[in-house]
Amino acid sequence: MSEGTFTAFLSSGVRFATPLAYAALGELVVERTGVINIGLEGAIIGGAFGALVFAGAGGAPLGFAGAALVGMLVATIFASFVIALKTDQIITGTAMSMFGLGLTGTLYRSIYGTAGASLHTPTIAPVPVPVLSSIPFIGPALFNQPVVTYALYAIVPALAWWFYRSTGGLALRAVGENPEAASAAGISPARVQWIALLFGGAMGGLSGGTLVLAQVGTFSEGMSAGRGFIAIAIVVLGRWTPWGVAGAALIFGGASALQTLAQTTGWTMPYQLPLAFPYVLTLILLATARGRSAAPAALGQRVS
Amino acid sequence: MSVFSRAARSQASASVAAALLALAAVAIVVIAGGYDLGHAATAMWTGSAGSAYSLFSGTLLRATPLIIVGLAIAVAFQAGVLNIGADGQLLAGAAATIATGLAMAAAPGWISIPLELLAGILAGAAWAAIAAVLKRRFGVLEVISTLMLNYVALFAVGILIYGPLQEPTHVYPETAPLAVSARLPVIIAGQRLHVGFVLAIALAVGIWWFMRSTAAGFRVRVAGAGAAAAASAGRVNVERVVFRSFLASGALAGLGGAVQVTGVTYKLFENFSPGYGYTAIAVALLARLNPLAVIVAGIFFGALEAGGAGMQRDAGVPSGFVFVIEALVILGVLAVDRARAVAASRAEPLGEEAVA
Repeated sequence: MSEGTFTAFLSSGVRFATPLAYAALGELVVERTGVINIGLEGAIIGGAFGALVFAGAGGAPLGFAGAALVGMLVATIFASFVIALKTDQIITGTAMSMFGLGLTGTLYRSIYGTAGASLHTPTIAPVPVPVLSSIPFIGPALFNQPVVTYALYAIVPALAWWFYRSTGGLALRAVGENPEAASAAGISPARVQWIALLFGGAMGGLSGGTLVLAQVGTFSEGMSAGRGFIAIAIVVLGRWTPWGVAGAALIFGGASALQTLAQTTGWTMPYQLPLAFPYVLTLILLATARGRSAAPAALGQRVS
Repeated sequence: MSVFSRAARSQASASVAAALLALAAVAIVVIAGGYDLGHAATAMWTGSAGSAYSLFSGTLLRATPLIIVGLAIAVAFQAGVLNIGADGQLLAGAAATIATGLAMAAAPGWISIPLELLAGILAGAAWAAIAAVLKRRFGVLEVISTLMLNYVALFAVGILIYGPLQEPTHVYPETAPLAVSARLPVIIAGQRLHVGFVLAIALAVGIWWFMRSTAAGFRVRVAGAGAAAAASAGRVNVERVVFRSFLASGALAGLGGAVQVTGVTYKLFENFSPGYGYTAIAVALLARLNPLAVIVAGIFFGALEAGGAGMQRDAGVPSGFVFVIEALVILGVLAVDRARAVAASRAEPLGEEAVA
């Protein structure tokens, strides 16, 4: 494999990982409060659709804002059911994914016609960072990317700091580990979960926005392609920590990049093998004590 | 004493209300989208029940996998197992069925068809067993494991249809079709509805009887109601009951895949399942996990899908809204249930609502 091919592989790995990292970091914060949001897929596809509509009105910056807003809107519906009505998280989340996928598909066809893929929006260009982008191999992969990728380089350490070094982060983790104790300590679990879900929704929306505004340049039905579910796997593989999630997103992104690499180099291997690999890895991790012990203790339990 | 208790009747009326709300939502979507409501309604009727063909080869044909997989979800949820991996179990079943059927192309139907269905059942149960073992041995949340396994199944099907099971010319990413003898026979000449529909009805009745009238069925319901209730009802081995229910759910989902392969598609391809495992959740919830009601809910969604296809064809209404309706049905049932539970807990602090 030549240096050029390898660099191209790394670059496309980071590219695939970017929307996954946004969604997974949002889901990480949510799961740390004990809630699993399987409806994340709905926030991502909603964000993608919102990005297209808002970018058409005011360019990429408004597009990203719109994506985050729509993602939060989807999260609001989910939170209203799960926190206010105390419905089952998993069933509600499944419904939200179906809702988002169905509604965006219907709206897109209603607004832009049955022909579908005709509408394009300009994508934001990669911005090479001087000096850093000329490091061999990893330079172009890490430092010749769109701004949304660079934002992650700040979000991940900020989240890691916030989780373990701030009272807010402590409250967040307390709710996910032991809501009764958190409650006794004067923390409102419902309030913390609401905030976490809104953040998770915004990040899910930004994930969809990144797809449209930094990568594909248009919307298509179902373009979230299961990224909301992949994000849940990433959180598990990343053992519920910000740095772990960033690394796991790169593994999943790398698996997708390996698939394109296999196609360009004429590798005779089923392209599904690298795609299936991270899921199997996640399952194996779950079967080990190391993998399980990282999960928040109250994860998935009905809000009490 | 009537067949259905007062509680069952009141649950049924709530389900009917949720279904009517969903239909009202269709009307709103249609009008908001700027379509002609009358035209759309006619197209919906024509597509789902307007003729013998649309009824037997549209609605009931589409209802068949929904009923069988809906039963899979109902069994799992009754036992408190949140199996959202029915889609993966269905794919595993479909793959095992087609492999068996292609290998037995020369055999007479009375030998090959039962073996095909059996292969689907076993493969579905085996796929569910991975998550069931992870849950029992290691306490892994089945939500996460079944979600992973859905993707692994999807990629495994991809590997099979591009590899060992690809059709002989190696052009298309799909398997060869089943021999005519290895396909499920149709019920009525000239219609596409196959005996899988009869099987689905029989299964629903059988599971309803099992859940209602046997000790084992009682243990499933008690296990689902919670560990404390199970202990107080006389040493029910919750772990074992949950494990077996999980396998039974996977077996049913696998059978759903087997019936779809042998009765409708006759081959396996990449997008074999349009999300049966997820739609089945809406079916089971609308039916309040009652196996007999799953028949009605399955036919309701089958009609929506057939009618939705008709609306897209004749009135240009996007069929994606069927997903929206399914989502609204789920949310509607959840909301009604919670309102009921809150009301019950206020009226009767130590109510029996837990076993409902």
